[in-house]
Amino acid sequence: MVNNESKKKYWKDNIKLVCSCLLIWFLVSLGFSVLLVDILNSFSFFGFKLGFWFAQQGSVITFIIIIFFYAYKMNKLDKKYNLEEE
Amino acid sequence: MDLKTLTYLIVGLSFVIYIAIAIWAKASTTGEFYVAGKGVNPVINGMATAADWMSAASFISMAGVIALLGYDGSVYLMGWSGGFVLLALLIAPYLRKFGKFTVPEFIGDRFESKLAKIVAVICLIFISFTYIAGQMRGVGIVFSRFLEVPIGVGLIIGMSVVFIYAVLGGMKGITYTQVAQYCVLIFAYTVPAIFIAFQLTGIAVPQVAFGAQIKNESIFLLQKLDQIVTSLGFNEYTSSSRGMIDTFCITAALMIGTAGMPHVLVRFFTVPKVKDARNSVGWALLFISILYLTAPAVGSMARLNLIETIQIGQVGEAEGNITYAERPNWFKTWEQTGLLEFNDLNNDGRIQYYYDANPEFSEQAKSFGWEGNELSVDPDIMVLANPEIANLPNWVIALIAAGGIAAALSTAAGLLLVISAAISHDLLKGLLIPKISEKNELLAGRIAATFTIFIAGLLGYYPPAFVAQVVAFAFGLAAASLFPTILLGIFNKRVNYQGAISGMIVGLMFTYLYIESYKGLFLRWIGSPWFENTTENWLFGISPEGIGVIGLLLNISITLIVSYSTKPPSESAIALVDKIRYPKNI
Repeated sequence: MVNNESKKKYWKDNIKLVCSCLLIWFLVSLGFSVLLVDILNSFSFFGFKLGFWFAQQGSVITFIIIIFFYAYKMNKLDKKYNLEEE
Repeated sequence: MDLKTLTYLIVGLSFVIYIAIAIWAKASTTGEFYVAGKGVNPVINGMATAADWMSAASFISMAGVIALLGYDGSVYLMGWSGGFVLLALLIAPYLRKFGKFTVPEFIGDRFESKLAKIVAVICLIFISFTYIAGQMRGVGIVFSRFLEVPIGVGLIIGMSVVFIYAVLGGMKGITYTQVAQYCVLIFAYTVPAIFIAFQLTGIAVPQVAFGAQIKNESIFLLQKLDQIVTSLGFNEYTSSSRGMIDTFCITAALMIGTAGMPHVLVRFFTVPKVKDARNSVGWALLFISILYLTAPAVGSMARLNLIETIQIGQVGEAEGNITYAERPNWFKTWEQTGLLEFNDLNNDGRIQYYYDANPEFSEQAKSFGWEGNELSVDPDIMVLANPEIANLPNWVIALIAAGGIAAALSTAAGLLLVISAAISHDLLKGLLIPKISEKNELLAGRIAATFTIFIAGLLGYYPPAFVAQVVAFAFGLAAASLFPTILLGIFNKRVNYQGAISGMIVGLMFTYLYIESYKGLFLRWIGSPWFENTTENWLFGISPEGIGVIGLLLNISITLIVSYSTKPPSESAIALVDKIRYPKNI
């Protein structure tokens, strides 16, 4: 049986997880690759300027990691609160 | 075997595969027709989503656009991939739990309003038709370029193939065909990229070669590219030349628009469970990234190859530019298609390629005896001519043709299905004839798909003025209308139909009118665009491509203000929100 208390907690944990994932998403794409690109470009990363690398490679790679991380965490949350789909 | 026979053979073979799959995966229920019976493996669905997502433009134009824009081209890369994060975290699992067939159905049920559903259908049809017109144009161009048939004939062949597998197989047929199409297009894209990377740097992985040193030289590829483009007056390849606010808004609008694209949203209705929907978005982006991470590498290498072909010596020296008579063979081939055009302005018999809109460099160029840029380059050439520039065998060139056609057909089929589902399921069954039998609804779906193919074909043959504005228009509308309404419907229980409808209408109208005012869409006959499309004229310096972000903010504010000042939604609407928030039924 799932009570209201644990449903509320599940949703709160989900919102927390979504917000932290979205923070990283924002930081890497709109942050590192757009707003802070000039600062990051003064560092070099292999043969790339760092800001440019984030804009054309790093951000996409981070996106994939975020999604799989979120899916992994959420699937665990489902189990923890006994809310897994039958 | 000559190139033309080989191309016909490889493209023909790919068609046989698609049609065979369609016959094997014939849809016999509406569930199979709309959402492939909700039985698609998440990895397979991810691969199909990737093919659905990557259009002719991604396959043919993206690398070229990045090659010409450099850093500024990153907005497309980040925009069209970053949206999948929003999709995975905010939308896909919940729509899967909702468990019905279409996006308007969700909006109609959540807000318990037929009007909201109709507004959603209108948004969906607007977005999808704009997008499909661009795709059909792409199909026609790919056919005419590779198979040397007129655009009309190319369109009819393309339409017939899509007709067979989309009308017969519905979502089930489309899904499994898209898996085959993904394999064809990704193979065709990466093989030439690997060869070119290896030739330039000695490293066969394009993403690594991108940041490596040029073979037998102690300079990094990107450093060399920056030096060579700036010496010809172009902006530095790795730096921005667009305003930061505008870059920010365009990237954000493309990301949010991606997460609101109906043909992508519907893909996550097809997997068995909520868990699968979450994972499946990750797989989709992984498969997409194989092309998206290769494209910028290809772009930089193609740009370097192109300039080095033309600028063979020091800039400004008489012998520094190649003579027209000595131009390589691939140059001649692509000249015939009009993708490369040479105009000897100073009559010296040599090709000068530089940025003549740069006033400072233009002055200097005059002292060399140059009288303007003599070479116009269509961005598409960067991918299309790659196999020839790298001297690859003919079968690779034929493969590029099959890949381009696969990319265009898979996207067109996906769009086709959401349009026909909106007509047969949302309008016909949902509003006009609720008692329609499943068999008749399936028939109606097939008829709607047939009509949509026909209209899409016409739009491809007589492209409306807005085809070139597809990106600004389709993504802006998706960002300002569907995405925020779905999002608020899931995450805010207080939002009601009054709020959702006014939000959608305001977001949609604002974004549409802004793009119409600067770019001209449907109202050209009464004089639009009304304002010149320049930075000084834009609202807060945001271009029409990025304005969807403001549309989104407007939509959200209006929805919340109106919702909180009217009655809360009914018990049953709140129960629906609860149902979709938790994977288990309680």
